[in-house]
Amino acid sequence: MASSPASYRPSSDMMAITVIVAVLAAVPVVASLVGDPFLVKIATRVVVFAIAAVALNLVLGFGGLVSLMHAGLFGIGGYVVAILAFHADDSSRLFDLFPGTTELSIGLPLAMLVAGAAAAVMGLVSLRTSGVYFIMITLAFNQMLYYFFVALQQYGGEDGLQIMSDLTLFGHAAIGRMSFYYGCLVALALVLVVVQRLINSRFGMVLRASSQNERRLTAIGIAPLRYRLTAFALSGAIAGLAGALLAAGQQFISPAEMSWVRSGDLVVMCVLGGMARVWGPVLGAAVFLVLEIVLSGWSTHWQLAFGLLIILVVVSLRGGLIDLLHLVGRRGASR
Amino acid sequence: MDVALFTEQLLNGVQLGVQLFLMAAGLTLVFGIMNMINLTHGSLYMIGAFVAAALFGHTGSFLLALVIAVPATALAGALLEAAVLRHFYHRGHLDQVLVTFGLILVLNEIVKMIWGAVPVPLPVPQLLSGSVTLFADVTYPSFRLAILGVGAVVALGLYAVVAHTRIGMWVRAGASNRDIASAMGVNVELIFSLVFAAGAALAGLAGIMAGPINAVQVGMGEPVLILALVVTVIGGVGSIKGAFIAALMIGVVDTFGRVLLPPALGSMMIFMLMAVILAWRPRGLFPVHG
Repeated sequence: MASSPASYRPSSDMMAITVIVAVLAAVPVVASLVGDPFLVKIATRVVVFAIAAVALNLVLGFGGLVSLMHAGLFGIGGYVVAILAFHADDSSRLFDLFPGTTELSIGLPLAMLVAGAAAAVMGLVSLRTSGVYFIMITLAFNQMLYYFFVALQQYGGEDGLQIMSDLTLFGHAAIGRMSFYYGCLVALALVLVVVQRLINSRFGMVLRASSQNERRLTAIGIAPLRYRLTAFALSGAIAGLAGALLAAGQQFISPAEMSWVRSGDLVVMCVLGGMARVWGPVLGAAVFLVLEIVLSGWSTHWQLAFGLLIILVVVSLRGGLIDLLHLVGRRGASR
Repeated sequence: MDVALFTEQLLNGVQLGVQLFLMAAGLTLVFGIMNMINLTHGSLYMIGAFVAAALFGHTGSFLLALVIAVPATALAGALLEAAVLRHFYHRGHLDQVLVTFGLILVLNEIVKMIWGAVPVPLPVPQLLSGSVTLFADVTYPSFRLAILGVGAVVALGLYAVVAHTRIGMWVRAGASNRDIASAMGVNVELIFSLVFAAGAALAGLAGIMAGPINAVQVGMGEPVLILALVVTVIGGVGSIKGAFIAALMIGVVDTFGRVLLPPALGSMMIFMLMAVILAWRPRGLFPVHG
């Protein structure tokens, strides 16, 4: 699941991250060259979901924890930003205490804090179990969050919550298409670098070890629970950041973004891209979302093809697209 | 809350519980015996309901629809198991989640291609369309009472088979330790195929009975699947007794939670109950594996 130490070269990972960020940074240029502003919109979506998938992969790929509650955590982040804007809009107070705000320098950290705290609390229960139990419990928690926001009539219930006022970042308008895209890209770059460094640290080593052999780890005197819980909370906070960015970008958040199917989508993104590398899920998110757009434009029954594709990936492409890249690379080298 | 409302809600809760048990029975044994996470169980629930609705549309007989649709769902389940799921027993849980997740998309889409995205009508059978007076001024719809009765009979029958027959003994042996059971000469693979088909039949039955109350539509199985997963986890994976008790508990708590508490809290009740129980007993109320 996690990478073997022999093939592990941190420098090549940093290189890959640089290349990915550079390619994504060039998208608006290409979009303006071909005159298709829709490309930037797609790329924004890719970047936002890439952040969420990288967050999930921290626990999935490196901790071996199959979490199906990340769409819920993602949604919490979105709702934090949207609810703050809602209260700023009608100058009411949240819990009759706090004023709302449209300032993202407050909204984004708060979204991360709340999503991280929620992940910590639910993680504390889920991480006491393992295997199928863990999967089912995280799935159940995802549905709990989903129904919670469906039931919140004050904030739109099932219809979702529109952000009416203009969001700002340090007082500047934050929702221009270009500036927002580059803002999200900076967030993705930061997340990739932080997670990459974390994975190579002692903390990351323990986390990876816990997914490979828990008993041995315990035997050398390290209790994995604390490490897993920390990773889970951090992963939740980053997923919350992604959700907050989604809500800010589309000026809207609804429980549909938190359905358990979304959680499954995030897992597919990780597996599709390749879980062994921090940057793998970025590829997965890009391919997943582009395929979604291409297939849905092609047929109304695109989900059939999509489902079959997921099954095919599981059956044949165990290491994700990264493996495919390696395969192509090796064939090229041997020629 | 007066006596009439209380009785009605209690019966609603037990009826939901019985339906959840029909779903959870198959799930818990599949988890228990093969250690396989199967998200397609909700699709079988949907298939049962759709086949029954189609048959009802052709014949106009609910009973006939029920009698044919249940074995048809069992057959669909057996095919699914033999064609796809069987190859994933020895894979990790992540692969199982992904494959069954992909299958849900495929099956939903196939159902949509055959029957369309609009809900298909499956009315309450004529005979059971009225209400029954229980006592004094308390009445209850006959159909819901019938669901309760069918569910109770099936639950008892299942308990009798699992607890008191030879096949049931093999099933329990498989669920508590597959390797040892296999070494003692139990054909675990065959038992499992049977259990899977039987579980599919029960899921189909639950779907058919839910059809007239909820809507027969694509994706109808997924909310129920998740409730059934909660039941399975609370009851303890592999335990029929645990599934039964947990199903009734979830049914009643969910129903009363929605009536008594504010909506945001009421909808979260069962999940909080699950969290509390698992914090206390991480392997559920009646753990099967030592």
